[in-house]
Parts: sequence; C-alpha cells; structure tokens
Amino acid sequence: MQTNFLRKLIFDEKSRSLLIQTLVIGLFALLIYLIAQQTAYNLEKRGISSGFDFLHVAAGYDISIRLIPFTSEDTHLRAYFVGLLNTLMIAICGCFLATIIGFLVGVIRLSSNWLFRNIAYVYVEFTRNVPVLVQIILYYSILLHLPKIKQAIVLFDSFYLTNRGLFSPQPIFKDGFSIVAWSLVIAIVVSFFVKRFLKSKQEASGKQYPIFLINSAIIIFTPIIFYYIMGMPLEFDSPVLKGFNFKGGMVIRPEFMGMLFGLSIYTAAFISETVRSGIISVSKGQREASQALGLKSNLIMRLIIIPQALRVIIPPLTSQYLNLTKNSSLGIAIGYADLVHGFGGISLNQTGRAIEIMLIVMLTYLTISLTISFFMNIYNKSVQFKGNA
Amino acid sequence: MIEQVIQLEKVNKWYDDFHVLKDIDLTVQKGQRIVICGPSGSGKSTMIRCINRLEAHQEGKIVVHGTELTNDLKNIDLIRKNVGMVFQQFNLFPHLSVLDNIALAPIWVKKMPKKEAEEIAMSYLEKVKIPEQAEKFPGQLSGGQQQRVAIARSLAMNPDIMLFDEPTSALDPEMIKEVLDVMIQLAEEGMTMLVVTHEMGFAKTVADQMIFMDEGRIVEQAKPDEFFNNPKSDRTKLFLSQILNH
Amino acid sequence: MSSTAIQNISHNKYYNWLIRNLFSSWVNTLLTIIALIFIYQVGSFCLNWAIFAADFRYNFQGELITDRGLCSKNIMPGEYGACWAIIYARWDQFMYGLYPIEEAWRVNLVYALLPLAIIGILFDKIPFRKYFIYFTFVYPFIAYFMLYGGPGLSVVGTNKWGGLLVTLFLGVTGIGLAFPLSILLALGRRSKMPIIKSLCVVFIEFIRGVPLITLLFTANVMLPLFLPDGVNPDNLLRALVAVTLFQSAYMAEAIRGGLQAIPRGQVEAAQSLGLSYWQTTRKIVLPQALKIAIPPIVNTCIGLFKDTSLVLIIGLFDLLGIGRAALADMTWTKLYYEVYVFISLVFFIFCFGMSRYSLYLEKKLKTDNS
Repeated sequence: MQTNFLRKLIFDEKSRSLLIQTLVIGLFALLIYLIAQQTAYNLEKRGISSGFDFLHVAAGYDISIRLIPFTSEDTHLRAYFVGLLNTLMIAICGCFLATIIGFLVGVIRLSSNWLFRNIAYVYVEFTRNVPVLVQIILYYSILLHLPKIKQAIVLFDSFYLTNRGLFSPQPIFKDGFSIVAWSLVIAIVVSFFVKRFLKSKQEASGKQYPIFLINSAIIIFTPIIFYYIMGMPLEFDSPVLKGFNFKGGMVIRPEFMGMLFGLSIYTAAFISETVRSGIISVSKGQREASQALGLKSNLIMRLIIIPQALRVIIPPLTSQYLNLTKNSSLGIAIGYADLVHGFGGISLNQTGRAIEIMLIVMLTYLTISLTISFFMNIYNKSVQFKGNA
Repeated sequence: MIEQVIQLEKVNKWYDDFHVLKDIDLTVQKGQRIVICGPSGSGKSTMIRCINRLEAHQEGKIVVHGTELTNDLKNIDLIRKNVGMVFQQFNLFPHLSVLDNIALAPIWVKKMPKKEAEEIAMSYLEKVKIPEQAEKFPGQLSGGQQQRVAIARSLAMNPDIMLFDEPTSALDPEMIKEVLDVMIQLAEEGMTMLVVTHEMGFAKTVADQMIFMDEGRIVEQAKPDEFFNNPKSDRTKLFLSQILNH
Repeated sequence: MSSTAIQNISHNKYYNWLIRNLFSSWVNTLLTIIALIFIYQVGSFCLNWAIFAADFRYNFQGELITDRGLCSKNIMPGEYGACWAIIYARWDQFMYGLYPIEEAWRVNLVYALLPLAIIGILFDKIPFRKYFIYFTFVYPFIAYFMLYGGPGLSVVGTNKWGGLLVTLFLGVTGIGLAFPLSILLALGRRSKMPIIKSLCVVFIEFIRGVPLITLLFTANVMLPLFLPDGVNPDNLLRALVAVTLFQSAYMAEAIRGGLQAIPRGQVEAAQSLGLSYWQTTRKIVLPQALKIAIPPIVNTCIGLFKDTSLVLIIGLFDLLGIGRAALADMTWTKLYYEVYVFISLVFFIFCFGMSRYSLYLEKKLKTDNS
C-alpha cells in the first residue's frame, strides 16, 4: 500500500507537478531566508542600520539641475523627487527628439535616391554598433570644450553657447499671459469640434475640405491674436555678461545637452529601422490595388499604407522609448542629476542604506516600464486586424 | 459600329535586357470577353498590367477608350478610373471593413458623399451575394468571399473594362465556383473583360476570344471553338494537352 | 511620382540602375548632387583629420610624441589632424589594462585561441567541426588558467585586468554563462506549473524593467551583504554576476520567441512516440527553436557587448574606462576625439561583425528551410 502511494506521487502527472512545485517553493523560501539572515548579520556587524527613516533626514548636498526648488537642507525624499523629475524630463525630451530624427531618417532610408539611402544607412550602422555610453561621453566632452564664457559663441543675438552651458533668455510671464495660454487651450478644443463638423459635412457632400490647414491656422493664430490683444504680456530676461559669469536669463547645462544628444541620436537610429521595416511590411499589392482604383499617391499613403504601417511600428517603437528611459540612468557617468545619480548615488553613499535605496530606485523604473507596457498592450489589442489573418 | 475600347500596337517591354513582351498587337471591342492563357512566364500578367499602367511599356502604343497611355499622369488617372482590376491575391485593405473597402474609392476618387457611396457599395455587395458580410473585416472572410468583395470593390467605380489577373489561382477548389459564377454573371451583363486564367471550363462558357501567349508573344488568337478543337500552332497544342488532361 | 513613370530606357542593367536610383527625376538628380557634395566635404574632412594630416607616432618634425605638447596640431594649430600617439602610448593599457607586461603573452594566447573556440558553434560546414566543439568546452578552463594563473603561472588578480581584456571577458563569459540559464528561464516561462512559471515571469520582467546600472550597483554594493564572511567576490566577478543575470532575461525572451514558433504538432508527434518531456525538449523542440531564435539572440549579444561599457560606472576599467583614465592623465588630456573615436572603432568592429554574422545566419535559415 505504501509503495503504491509513493508510485502515484512520482508518476502521476498532477501529483508530480505538485511535488516539484512544492520543492521549488521550499528551496526558494529557504534561499530567501538564508540570504535575509546573512544580510541582517552583516549589516549589524558593519553598524549599518536599516529602515526608511532616512528619507526624512536632510540630504546635505545640492543638485545643480532641478525642476523644483531644492537646497542641501531638503530631505532625501525630496531629492528622490528632484531626481525622478530630471529622469522624466530627459526621457520625454529624448523620446520626442529621437522620434523626429528617427522618422526622418526612416523615410530617407526608403528614398528612391541610392546615395541618400546609404548615407542614412551609414549613420544607422555606426550609431547602433557603438555603445550609447561612449556616444554620451563623447558629446559631453565636446560640449565641455566649447569656448569659455568670455568668448561665448553668440546665436541670434541672445543665446550664448559656452562650455558651461547654453545661456538663453528666460521668459517671464506677466499678468494676462494666462489668458493667452487659455486661448490656446480653447483653440485646441475648438479645432476638435471644427474637425468633427467639417468631416461630417465632407461625408455628406463628398466635397473635400482642407481640415488640417484650417485647424492649424486656428491653433496657431488664436494665441497670437490674443497675445497682441493683451498687450504682449511676455518679457525676456536676457543673460548679460557681468564679470566672469552671466547674470539673468536661464542656462541649459552641458550635462543635460550631452544626455539629450547622446540618447536621442542613438535611439533615433533604432527608431529609423523600426519605421523602415514598418512601411516595408505593407505588401506591394496594397499599393497596386489602390493605384488600380485610381487613388492618388498622397491618399494611398494616408488611407492605406500609414495606418497599416503604424500597427507594425508602434510596439517596437514603445520598447525603444522604454530603452531610452532606462538609458537615462547613464547620466551618472557625466554628472547629469537623474534618479540614479542623486538619490541612487549620493544619497546612498551618505546614508549607507544601499538595500532600501536600490529597492526604491528599481521599483521606480519597474513601475515606469510596466505602466508604459500596460498602455501599449491595450493599444495593441485594440488595433489588431479582426479575423484570423 | 462596334467600339474599339483597347488597342495595343506593336507593344514591347523589357526588364533590363529580358524581353518580356514582344510585338504585341491586340484589339479589344466593347463587350468582348477575352481569356488569355499560357505557361507561366509568358507575359500574360505583364500584358494586362500594362493596360492600367501598373507596368510601363517601352515601345509601341496602348490606347484605352481613346486615351493613349504615356507618362502623362492625367491620362493614367483617367484610364484607371475606367478600368477595374482584380488580383490573384485579392489585396483587400485589412484595416477597413468590407463595406469601407468597397466605398473607399467612390468617396475619395469620385468625391461622392459617404451615404451615397455606402449605398452603392451595398448594392454591389448584394450583387456578389454576400451583403451580410458588410461590417466584417477581410481577415474574417474565406478566400472566395474575399475575392468576391474585391470584384465588388472594382465594380463600384463603374468601370467600362474589367481586368482579371488569375483571379482563382489562390483559392481552394471548393471556392473557385462561387467566384467564377460572379464573373459569368458579369459577362452576361455585357462587361468588357480580359481574364488571365487556367480555368478552361470557364473559358469555354464565357469567352468569345481565346488568346494563347508564350515567351512574350501572342501565339494564337481564335474563337473558343476553333481554339480548343483545332489549334493551329504546335505550342498551343502542347499547352492544351498539358492543361486539359490531368 | 509613380514608380511606373520611371522607364527602363535601355537594355543595359547598369545604366538602368543608375537612372532609377540616382537620376529618375529632377528632384532625384538634385538630391544626388547634394549628396555627392556632402560626401565629398565630410569624407575629405574625416580622411584628412584621421589619416592624411594626422600624427601616428612621430610628429611633423620627426620627433617621437611622448606628450600632448609634441602633437603637430598643438605646435602648429589649424594645420594638422588627429594625434594618434596617445593610442600608441597607451596601447598596452587599452589591450590588457594593468596586466604585467611580461605576462601579457598569456592574454595574447587567450585572444588568439578565442576564434578557434567559437568557430565550431558559429559555422556548421567546416571540416573537423567535432574537434572544434570539443575545444569550445575546454577553452574556458584554459582561458581562466591562463588569465588568472595557478600552478606554474604567477597569479594576476582581476583588479589588474583592464581594457579590451575586461570587455571581452565580460562579454564572452557573460554570454556563455547566460545561455544555459536563459534556456531554463524560457522553458520555465512556458511551463504549465504555475509556481515555476510565475517565478520565471517575475524574474524576467523585473530584470527587463530596470536599467543595467541599477543591477550593477546592486551586485557591487549588496552582494557582499548577502554572502557569509570570507566569501568576498572581487569587483569583476560581481559585475559578471549582474551582466549574466541581465543577459539571461533578454536571451530568454528571444528563445521564447523561437519556442512559440514551433508548431504544436511537433510536441504531439514526439509524445505519441513515447518521448518524455525532457527528451522531447532536448531532441525535438530546442534544436528547432534555437535555430529560429538565433538572429534575435545575436542581437541580445550585441547589446550585451555594448553594455559592458557600463562597468566603468562601478569603477572597473574596461575599454571605455581605460580611455577615460588616459584622458585624465595630464600628459594626454584634451585628446578626447582620438580616444573616443578609437574606442568607437573597436566596438564597431566587434558589433558590426556580429550583426553581419546574424544576417548571414538569417539568409542561411531561409534557404535551409525553404
């Protein structure tokens, strides 16, 4: 009777899988337990305390690039937020720039001109096969060797390019500017309604209206008109050279610019390949069928090729955005104050709470990744071609 | 006086140095149903694709409905509005519903109001006997249904001439009949048709001219009776024996 | 302009190609001219800077360059190009790091044997392939012994390893160790047992959701905390752990793609023949899946190779780290173009080579299977 039971345990599929899983979970739990034990022992031995109370202790360091006010007397928790905002800022700017460059290069790679196609190809291959860190450091080095402040390169009379950054006029919003801003918001809302109205008129009569042009005009001219109505409530505080530095205005630091160029140019190479293969993936027959029906080139692109290409482009495009966001953590190599550099670096060194800090940092990135993936999956499901194809 | 709707005069085409169409002379009259057959690589598809300028010929003259086919884009557009084409691979637009597939060209090329275009689309969908599929997407239809939608899509533009490039070659055998039935109906209604196909049963039923092409040339052109029972050229005889006896 | 408007005018395919690709229309011709001008300007500038007006070892006066002050471009500004002397001067460091020079022959031997070690796995039509594959399994032991030392050879600690040695070590070892782990992860993720599947999914998604730098930090700072006294892995080993885990997650996803492409019918056929799970996996599923997945796998390997440059952030001196150190030296500072262009070139050669191999494989797969 006993051997029968044992037999059953090992050879019956269900109980066997249960047995294996129990073993695995058991081993795993044991491993976690051992590690936790050892870690607690080691921490005590080195006199490192643990816990998250350090978040409310003053950080004791400055952060040069920041979107919200921060001094060395602010807490580590606030340092975390400054770092997070810096990470998001470079990620958003980087993704934006990379998309523009990437789409442009992708289209050039499909050009009918062999030379243009291959110049773009050389760019893509060189950029993709060199580590992004090397490129970031290279651009940063170049920016650091720009002329000193006293010999700044002047652009458009009010921008100064120096080795300490790009000094530019800072916009100062006077009273009444909020009205201009609201007029832009209202213009955008109005343009949605205009689009719907004109589209239904178009469907009803067949007559084509230049919807895009009309809406662009609305969005561009409304704020401009209001700007003048309100008496031009915008001033610029221009940087003025006083002694060894500029007073006034604002400065875009070389750390930020180095990260921006490095990340964008690198990621754009990958995006261009994604765009190119997306457009190629639309079969030749689609274009031929459209031509046979008499559709003109620009309509073929708009109605047939691009909608199908986008379905193929968007998933890998999103993963490129994720990669760029993760690569922004390299800011520590050139001193860009992102999350890993400040909170993950300096705070960690000062408080010694390596485990807690690393956990927070990794969970932050994980959250960003999972959020973007989640939304991408929803989008992906909604645009699948219905059917079994 | 019977109208000549398509004229090909001494048409020659090369792909680099490969001579794919050699001195093609062909006249198509209004209402004629011409079936073109021949071994693969003989240039049959290339020839009809030249008629709506999906391929360009280098020598010779092609005139469709009085308009000559040249590089002039206006002429090409005019011709494409009046010539419909059905492809071997259907080439339906997968991201649009069946109804939208058919209504697309009338809306954007003929600038029709959407309602009117959709009514026309439904009527053609009924004509090919699948009106219930209007809101489905191409991926949800069988091959035979997809090809019928493709035919309806071309018909919705009200063409005077219909070109068929091996319309049933990509279909499973049990679906070939439903497509051929639609084509037979079209023929009975007097549509001018050029059909590249291997379906000889269809040819015998519908065609009033048979053309055999081989190696870029029109080798034989005759009425179906003569063509099948008394072919003149040896090559035609060989081809017919291969295709009719399996 | 519709493509059908472009005509093949002549029967010569070269002439036709020229017309189609370069001169098909006025716009195209204009673009060709712009492109030619651009290539000429940029190309001549780069060639000039890098080769024709550059110093290699000696400057324009014939002196050996031992210091940036002796570079031609610093003596006569504006007339000369790159000063490659820094690469020559620091060549040993770029290649070996701080490895003692008299023992450098050991590293050279390891470098020389590396192609022999991988040729068996990369190409399947070479003669004596069986022996090459045996060597592939023996190589890691030989290499480790050569590099680290032991009986008969003096010990060279890993803190002395640097430059290309570290880059290749991390890359090759990382890939080699990650490969079996990634197979297990990929199979585990497809397992029907929920515990195993969840563990694998959590591991893979976690690793893929965080930047490599955080893993390197974690390994660097936290590994000593997890391990008992006396077990103190050196820096290079810690980085290796992080890199291996990172690579295994990405490779596992690539392999999973290959596994998904195998039709269920294969497994069903094997089962109906009486093969067990492991037999089916080993003999039927994996060989086919790996074949399909090799292009994306090579992609992850290229990514890994580039990512080894991140170890400079935790204080290890890989190729990039040595470059930065060279620039920090007062003798050579400010020659950053030369150093980074050189490093870029080295990486480019390896990575581009790998991507060409991947293209070769894709072509081979297409012709094999069709």
